[in-house]
Amino acid sequence: MSGTFVGMPAFPEAAREAVGNRTLRANLRHATHTIRDKRAKAVAELADWQQLREAGKQIKNHTLRHLDRYLVQLEESVVRAGGTVHWAADADEANRIVADLVKATGEREVVKVKSMATQEIGLNEALAAEGISAYETDLAELIVQLGHDRPSHILVPAIHRNRGEIRDIFREEMGSWGRPAPDGLTDSPAELAEAARLHLREKFLRAKVGVSGANFMVAETGTLVVFESEGNGRMCLTLPETLISVVGIEKVIPTWQDLEVFLQTLPRSSTAERMNPYTSMWTGTTDGDGPSVFHLVLLDNGRTDTLADEVGRQALRCIRCSACLNVCPVYERAGGHAYGSVYPGPIGAILSPQLRGTQREIDASLPYASSLCGACYEVCPVAIDIPEVLVHLRERVADRGGKGHRLEKAAMKAASWAMDRPAVLAAAERAATRTRRLHPKKLPGAGAWTDSRELPELPEKSFRDWWKGEGR
Amino acid sequence: MEGGEAVTGPVRSARGTGGSSRDRILARVRTAVADAREAPEVTRAYLTTHTPDAPAAVLDLLHENLAEYRALVHRTDADGLPALLARLVADHGSSTVLVPPGLPLEWLGEAGPVRVQDRSASTAAELDTVDSVVTGCALAIAETGTIVLDGGPDQGRRRITLVPDHHICVVRAPDQVVASVPQAMARLDPTRPLTWISGPSATSDIELDRVEGVHGPRKLEVVLVTG
Repeated sequence: MSGTFVGMPAFPEAAREAVGNRTLRANLRHATHTIRDKRAKAVAELADWQQLREAGKQIKNHTLRHLDRYLVQLEESVVRAGGTVHWAADADEANRIVADLVKATGEREVVKVKSMATQEIGLNEALAAEGISAYETDLAELIVQLGHDRPSHILVPAIHRNRGEIRDIFREEMGSWGRPAPDGLTDSPAELAEAARLHLREKFLRAKVGVSGANFMVAETGTLVVFESEGNGRMCLTLPETLISVVGIEKVIPTWQDLEVFLQTLPRSSTAERMNPYTSMWTGTTDGDGPSVFHLVLLDNGRTDTLADEVGRQALRCIRCSACLNVCPVYERAGGHAYGSVYPGPIGAILSPQLRGTQREIDASLPYASSLCGACYEVCPVAIDIPEVLVHLRERVADRGGKGHRLEKAAMKAASWAMDRPAVLAAAERAATRTRRLHPKKLPGAGAWTDSRELPELPEKSFRDWWKGEGR
Repeated sequence: MEGGEAVTGPVRSARGTGGSSRDRILARVRTAVADAREAPEVTRAYLTTHTPDAPAAVLDLLHENLAEYRALVHRTDADGLPALLARLVADHGSSTVLVPPGLPLEWLGEAGPVRVQDRSASTAAELDTVDSVVTGCALAIAETGTIVLDGGPDQGRRRITLVPDHHICVVRAPDQVVASVPQAMARLDPTRPLTWISGPSATSDIELDRVEGVHGPRKLEVVLVTG
């Protein structure tokens, strides 16, 4: 994959291009609305959804509070089950560990299951620099990789591509990676999926090394879990002789029983299914079944920094379902690439600036990539209060200075002062409605966000005045 | 270079000087949460099942949910099983059928095609030439339409239900059928390799159009055996 996030422009600049692309906006709108409606139905089937959500939040909070204990327990369990555990403080160290492990097998290629963590650390590029080819095997990730592109959604990474583009990519690129696309390939999704099946099968059947992430790791048993749909995950997890899993330290949960919560909430939140087609669970190695060598690489890469922030640490509860992307009005218009990270959408807007810090322009702008409408919080299966973290991160960015940031901070201070004083707020609202004919249609100085939309009309009366008068 | 060292065998204790990445990460975790409030114990107020405890209704729910995710579902009794399996294999046009080492002999008593015993030496490429595979399961979950394999003698290695394009899975009701995910978790052994299967392999990666069958078996048939 040649796509890279280095040198990304700030969010508003990156989003402007996407907002102007009508095809992209139509694709995104169709995708996000389809998944969001299906999700709502799948969730409504469970009468105890809120209790499951609360349990998921509590399990993650409890784990994070005692993360040291559970990581040590996980390590013991994995080692007892025949695995080997490595610890990587940052991306470079994780990449070096994986590259060394692959080289030690004598192999020069690996098959990969879709993994956010390995994308985050740029593993494919690091392996390529060592002369090792890493083949993505998830259909969407294959499309992204063959198209020298970047993923734009956590669940459906190639959602910005339509079928015609995918056919063209397969025709042009498959041949240089392995088995070429069949002659006369059309753009029907079934034919495209068949082309991917044939292209990848030869890679699966000869693969000696598999690389994965994991959705969960169970401390008490040492069990790793991967949720998937296509079967490429099962191929990578069972056919190779060596399996290397790179997993963020926040993916650990304490007990086997804890899994029953996420087995119910993740599929419904993510693909809007009662259960995804395939879920694999493995504990170390099993004689005569699957890889005989298993390495687990535990990745920090900014997670302990995130953990240190009292408000921001809740982002580590994330189980990567992508429900927040599908309900976000900003994501729907801007698309995933504008976020400049493998983690797009609302969760990306709070995760990337914490994992990477806010020194770069893109990361400093991400906390502003939101209207704070709160839909993301409502659908989050582990109840991450994303708006709360966004506001918290805005304060952090504003504290760092810069002209715009100082203005923003002053405005926020004034707003919170007025909100704390009902009489002042009422007077300000009244002043606003009485001068409404004088108001401009656009907010001056608010830049890209307001260029593409108009300010809502102010009502004749403020809500408070209406409530006091004829409204009751 | 510090860090990145593998831990094998007994976990080594934290090193005093220099510090491995293991030690550094654990120290950073401890510092990060030093002042954090104690997190309360988990309250499991959620339900252990969403379905009334009536075996016939639970089996119907399993049937319905399996079918909704495009598994082909069949019902028979123990006496009718061999004939049904023979018909399913024949209907698929299979000339070879892979069998795990502990599949009950009588199940495929009437099957015409060549039986291929899975051996540890069988390569993935060899498995790729077999037409169908017949297995049992560890259990099935009605609420989600899921079958779970745990590598037992009648299920075999994980790869044999993955590489062939046609998987027939036999579920013995009511013993192997549970209503809910929490009920399933309580019965499964986490030390075994587990594969949860809910319908055939599928993808919605192209414009969200669902396509059945990418890398796993494109045809999943589930036989519910009662009596």
